[in-house]
Amino acid sequence: MQQVFKRPVSLKDVQTHFCPGCHHGTIHRLVAEAMDEYDVQKRTIGVASVGCSVFLYGYFDIDVVEAPHGRAPAVATGVKRARPDSFVFTYQGDGDLAAIGTAEIIHAANRGEDITVIFVNNTTYGMTGGQMAPTTLVGQKTSTSPYGRNQHKDGAPIRMAELLAQLEGVAFSARVAVNSPKNLIDAKRQIKKAFRYQVEGKGFSFIEALSACPTNWGMNALAANERVGSEMADYFRLGVYKNTENL
Amino acid sequence: MTKRLFVKGNEAVAMAAIEAGCRYYFGYPITPQSDIPEYLSREFPRLNGEFIQAESEVASINMLLGASATGVRAMTSSSSPGISLKQEGISYMAGSELPGVIVNVSRSGPGLGGIDASQSDYFQAVKGGGHGGYHIVVLAPASVQEMYDLTMLAFDLVDIYRMPAMVLADSVVGQMKEPLVPNSRPATDLPAKEWAVRGKGDGEQRVVKSLFLGDGELEAHNWKLHRKYQDLKSHECRWEAFHTDDADLLVSAFGSTARIAKTAIMMAREEGLKVGLLRPITLYPFPERAFADVTARTKKVLVVELNTGQMVEDVRLSVARDAEVGFYGRPPGAGSLPTPEELLEQIKKNY
Amino acid sequence: MRYDLFIAGFGGQGALLAGNLLSYAAIIEGKNVSFFPSYGVEKRGGAAMCTVVIADGDVGSPVIGNPSVMIVLNQTSLDKFGAKVKPGGVCIVNTSLVNLDAFERSDIEIIRVPMNEIAMELGDARMVNMVAVGVYAAKTGAVNPAALEEALKSALPERNHKFIPANMKAIIAGTEFAASKSS
Repeated sequence: MQQVFKRPVSLKDVQTHFCPGCHHGTIHRLVAEAMDEYDVQKRTIGVASVGCSVFLYGYFDIDVVEAPHGRAPAVATGVKRARPDSFVFTYQGDGDLAAIGTAEIIHAANRGEDITVIFVNNTTYGMTGGQMAPTTLVGQKTSTSPYGRNQHKDGAPIRMAELLAQLEGVAFSARVAVNSPKNLIDAKRQIKKAFRYQVEGKGFSFIEALSACPTNWGMNALAANERVGSEMADYFRLGVYKNTENL
Repeated sequence: MTKRLFVKGNEAVAMAAIEAGCRYYFGYPITPQSDIPEYLSREFPRLNGEFIQAESEVASINMLLGASATGVRAMTSSSSPGISLKQEGISYMAGSELPGVIVNVSRSGPGLGGIDASQSDYFQAVKGGGHGGYHIVVLAPASVQEMYDLTMLAFDLVDIYRMPAMVLADSVVGQMKEPLVPNSRPATDLPAKEWAVRGKGDGEQRVVKSLFLGDGELEAHNWKLHRKYQDLKSHECRWEAFHTDDADLLVSAFGSTARIAKTAIMMAREEGLKVGLLRPITLYPFPERAFADVTARTKKVLVVELNTGQMVEDVRLSVARDAEVGFYGRPPGAGSLPTPEELLEQIKKNY
Repeated sequence: MRYDLFIAGFGGQGALLAGNLLSYAAIIEGKNVSFFPSYGVEKRGGAAMCTVVIADGDVGSPVIGNPSVMIVLNQTSLDKFGAKVKPGGVCIVNTSLVNLDAFERSDIEIIRVPMNEIAMELGDARMVNMVAVGVYAAKTGAVNPAALEEALKSALPERNHKFIPANMKAIIAGTEFAASKSS
């Protein structure tokens, strides 16, 4: 009998702490699959951020450095410069990357650091209990925007994949989603591409992955999954925003 | 005799870092320490080192965290306002038990303050400037030679104790030039960095972190850090004693203020006053025993600082119970650096 | 012995180079030294000062409130710092640019040196600081002329080594001037 589906070796055989319907687990798996396919697990150093993604080392069977909130791209810079032969990626949420860590992500990207950034956008601060994030959609109610995000007071949600694509140092930038089989297959393809940029030493690569957060959105898993494909994807358009090498 | 060079204190720091095997520097420009990044940005490329001028102090301390996590010798430098920004990263490094050398060529504050010499960051340095109740090694050079030697020592201490160290200087020792013997890196027995991330290969997963959520985990971790601080106190206290044996008045000061006090003491001695100097070289661990020992005999102490009274608290906690501790200090700022003549007056007042 | 010296002038007069040169000479002689520079707020043409302390043993303080010797290269420096010379001390004044009429210090020795004129006679107005160094060395004996000549190699950048003889001539002119005053 032929085995057609198995756990990626880069992923540990443990249960995650993620809520039912959350997309972190799926995104973890895609990242692990890409790691296996390029056979980089043994030389990978992951940089964990603060938020739901902080337990990276509990799920990935790789060396991990834990960074302060928002600073993962700076920590990854230090790691990669000191160990240029290692495969380095950060895994960050939207509060971490697009609010407190904006300076670090912009400048690591602008320097063209040879790292890969996996950015999970679920329009809220998950771990801290569903507060308004820089990516929270206009009108969206959260625990700190109880009347809905007000564009005049809070600004509009920030589109990181497009923003970073403007920088000379960025080699690859794409936004993906894992809410449907079609999107998932494409997400896998883009994550692999992002990894290939680093494997081939071709510069900074960025993946923004839209994710559901049913718990903090106050939805069931199915409704949350649907929101990703509708409301979220309407504002955060899926697609490749930069692909310098045409990989 | 080895040839003596004539260099600035800040340059001596950079030279020592190179000799200590440091090849990774991350920083952000700020007066009065920019000679350090300027020197290293010039020298590192020929040594296959990495120099990054980061987007902020926050980023540079976290680059140091990342590089250090891989096991290499790395450093950052800044001056007071920039050191405030680095406190987040220093706390994480302390929590993650990461080595790393941080140089503070301190300047006056609060806020933007000024660029003059200052000792107002004593508390911030020795009490753990960030959150979480940690400590780091704090070394206080008083000469260009010590800028070199203590930077070198800092790199060894951080590797031995797995914790960050700060070289706490000021713009006088940073900017002045003195003869320097560029000593070679000493042969020190250093523990293997079996904790450093490297890509797991066929080995065990390694994780560098400061998050401990399991029941009892964090308490145990903090007790472990506490034991290190006790070990430091037992083994690493350093100080200079100058004419303390027969002193009727003991002056204590650190860094450049100690230099000024020394001339005042020499002047007092010429006038027949028996005055000595006890200069802490390690501000953390604080040389408590040295103070207890000297004040077993000398009951009058005068602490001099370029601030309104910080180290004096540690002196008061360390001296013999019946010793009297007086204080003279001025807040830092243009024109407030005391002169030897001024300190001589204070010595006479307290004698 | 300990020698402390404060040199003050405006930017471009070479106050800092003079201090550096004396420091290098002290090192050559196996002594200890500290050189502490300070500047006015203005970057160009502003005040330039330095303190040099030379000692056989411990240098002690790199800053001095009342220096035993002061070299004053311009009027502002005399007005600002002249009162600080230690009683019984020495003030070496560049009388080419400094008017001493209003300076009332009977408790110190004032050595009046027309530094600009001496430098001009040697053919280079930039040698004012070297004349001052010569006067200082002869007056105090803090460093000897041979060490100064050797020190010029370190104090001047390589590209200016061709000027070492000219600098040395100015230093000697300074020492001779000091000798003529004391004899």
